[in-house]
Amino acid sequence: MTDIPSSTSSSGPSSGRSEELTIRPDVKKRAVKIYTRYERFWHWSQALLIFILAFSGFNLHGTLSLVPFPLAVMVHTYAAILLLVLWLFTTFWNFTTGQWRHYLPQNKGLFAVIKFYAYGIIMGAPHPYSKSLARKQNALQSLAYLTFMVIIGPALWLSGIAYLLYGLWETMQNSQQIFSLVAFVHTAAAFAMITFVVIHVYMTTTGKTVFHYIRTMITGYEKIELTPAEEAYLEEQQPDMLKANE
Amino acid sequence: MANFAFEGRWPLDKTSMRPGLATSALVVLSLLLLPIGAASAASGDALPHSPLSPEAKASLQLSGKPAGGTADHSRFEILQQDFKSGPEVTKACLSCHTEAADQVQHTLHWKWQTTNEATGQTLGKRTVINAFCGNVASNEPRCTSCHAGYGWEDMRKDPPSEPEAVDCLVCHADTALYSKYPTKAGHPLYEPITVNGKTEMPPDLGKAARSVTNPQRQNCGSCHYYGGGGDGVKHGDLDSSLNQPDKTLDVHMNKDGLNMACTACHAGSGHQWPGSRYSMEAKPTTVARDGEETKTAKIRKLDQLASLMEPSATCESCHSNRPHDGSDLMGIKLNDHTDTVACQTCHIPEFARGGVATKTLWDWSTAGKLKDGKPYKDMDEHGHPSYMSEKGNFEYGENIKPFYAWFNGETTWTLLDDKIDPTKVVEINALGGSPSDGKSRIWPFKQMLSRQPYDMETNQLVYNHVFGKDDTALWTNFDWSKSVPAAMDFIGKDFSGKLGFVDTHMYWPITHMVAPKDQAVRCTECHAKQGRLDGITGIYMPGRDTFKWLDWIGYAAFGLTVLGVLFHALLRIIFRNRKKQA
Repeated sequence: MTDIPSSTSSSGPSSGRSEELTIRPDVKKRAVKIYTRYERFWHWSQALLIFILAFSGFNLHGTLSLVPFPLAVMVHTYAAILLLVLWLFTTFWNFTTGQWRHYLPQNKGLFAVIKFYAYGIIMGAPHPYSKSLARKQNALQSLAYLTFMVIIGPALWLSGIAYLLYGLWETMQNSQQIFSLVAFVHTAAAFAMITFVVIHVYMTTTGKTVFHYIRTMITGYEKIELTPAEEAYLEEQQPDMLKANE
Repeated sequence: MANFAFEGRWPLDKTSMRPGLATSALVVLSLLLLPIGAASAASGDALPHSPLSPEAKASLQLSGKPAGGTADHSRFEILQQDFKSGPEVTKACLSCHTEAADQVQHTLHWKWQTTNEATGQTLGKRTVINAFCGNVASNEPRCTSCHAGYGWEDMRKDPPSEPEAVDCLVCHADTALYSKYPTKAGHPLYEPITVNGKTEMPPDLGKAARSVTNPQRQNCGSCHYYGGGGDGVKHGDLDSSLNQPDKTLDVHMNKDGLNMACTACHAGSGHQWPGSRYSMEAKPTTVARDGEETKTAKIRKLDQLASLMEPSATCESCHSNRPHDGSDLMGIKLNDHTDTVACQTCHIPEFARGGVATKTLWDWSTAGKLKDGKPYKDMDEHGHPSYMSEKGNFEYGENIKPFYAWFNGETTWTLLDDKIDPTKVVEINALGGSPSDGKSRIWPFKQMLSRQPYDMETNQLVYNHVFGKDDTALWTNFDWSKSVPAAMDFIGKDFSGKLGFVDTHMYWPITHMVAPKDQAVRCTECHAKQGRLDGITGIYMPGRDTFKWLDWIGYAAFGLTVLGVLFHALLRIIFRNRKKQA
């Protein structure tokens, strides 16, 4: 894997950096591959599946009528199965590569980021957080993605699987009430999901340019601050993660 | 190990083969082919010992019992008679079929009376009031023309007990050779009769007796198609179009396909047939009494024969409760419906599809009007009566979408002694069931709308004397003030003299006229707002149902978020120059 060994990341400058706004002279910006190939595959295939699920799902809900009901059922079910498989792989990937650490909540600097998006960005203030190899996401991002991964996502897949396997519990007492509950949770989580997607997509436009973040998520490379030690390590050990100096 | 000898030399080179080998090969070949030849001969010609010609066999419907046994009734000596009456024929039948009459006399077909164990009500034609002609008592010779016997002329008494009173022919004879006469209490004509200048000849009972076989659809249909006074009037899913149906009308009875007789599904023994609508299985089990899941229809059949299972005339008894292809996602999804939706609900999209209309409304309150002192009849644009002085106003319909309701198989009847609320629609046979009792499913019904006579003083439905050449029958005298008291007097019930009319509903489970699967009800016809199952409560149906306030919150959150980001974007655009300055 192209990931930095955890010893390197943890030995580097830690959370203190996130509130540091001034660019220190010994820190250099380099284009580093911060999103690995799998991460990007995960992101974009997940994005596609979520869009398919949202459109087919709200078709089933009666909000949209883009396709006939049975087709929506088929599309929604197959897309859901694919997404479940993707999430299984990704969970495995997150834990085996140590990437899960990026999603740990880290409230330090959260307020600064919120303030920036509410006010600073409009007034032309710089972003209070700069990405590092140890921490690819700012505090607000981690919190949002954590919510996505431990609340919205599981609510959807748990209720979705219960829904798919209805045939196994249909003879249970009160199966109809449970079914209603399953539908309720699934619908509520779906609303949360599409709201998340709106904010998430909008946030991609808040980079240096409107398409900057999207380009990063496609190419994987982002200019981030590297300490001389990090730079030296990458030059030596993982040169493919660094773009040649411009 | 003979094939080793031929290795590498196949196809055989005849010239290189020794004569001995060729001969033995031929013998082996012909021995191999022999059974195939025999089998093809068997399927083409009459079975050597079967009394049925191939033509007769081909025209026979698939019944619960295989056709063509060991007896050719046309050759029975006892049937070579000039029978003078129905009971004489029955006597001949019973000389061999010693138990048949006793069996029949223990069935609902005979007794017209049954106790519903769930409700304790005494039901059956003998007592109930229906939303069509109303009641049997006091109208016997007309109504009992559909009794499976001869001469039941008084509903107040049990049906005749003599074994010869059973009518074997109505169920077993060729319907072209035998039929009961409509007004003779179950008897056929014995003398020629002239009605309105048309002479009808009595059936040749000897010929009829020699034509007997397993009941065909026409036999059952001779009564069940014509309930309520005409073809298709009552049920909506049973009418004479089922004598020769194509696949579109009914996949099972399809004359060019399975060609199933009624008894193929209503398969019992000892002249008892499962499938009475007085007590139905709304959610049939495929589990035998010992708790074993019967995996196939064949096992169920054997279990039923072995009394390990109640015989049942349900779809599940052949198709199981997971009938759709379980290796396919769509099949799995469809199978998920079988706990809440009866097969019929999707597979019978409409009833009265065979070109025979069914009666959907009957308003008795207008009966009795005369033109110039004479009864008259109006016809609707389709040629169905819309008014008759004898019976009042009617509506008919074809290709009717069913009424849907939760149903647990039990009905509670409004009987003669039950109080009614005349300000409301009276349910003649109120459907039992709820979404949560574990026994109900959503079933299709024909909902019959009627307006029927009742006693305004006692708030009870009343019997009516409609048929008879006397001075009180409604159809002869057109006088309600005589016909209802006569009927009530006949059964010894009081009547206040204050006659009113009340709106009623009666429900007929729809279970015949199963359409080919590609014509089943589409998903979107129910999974949509204002769909077929609009009135069905107690269940969450995707596409039809939403959680109202959740939707409000959800759409609001989504909408406000969209507005929020747009507003944010707008501010960023307005203040875009600040950055450069900073």
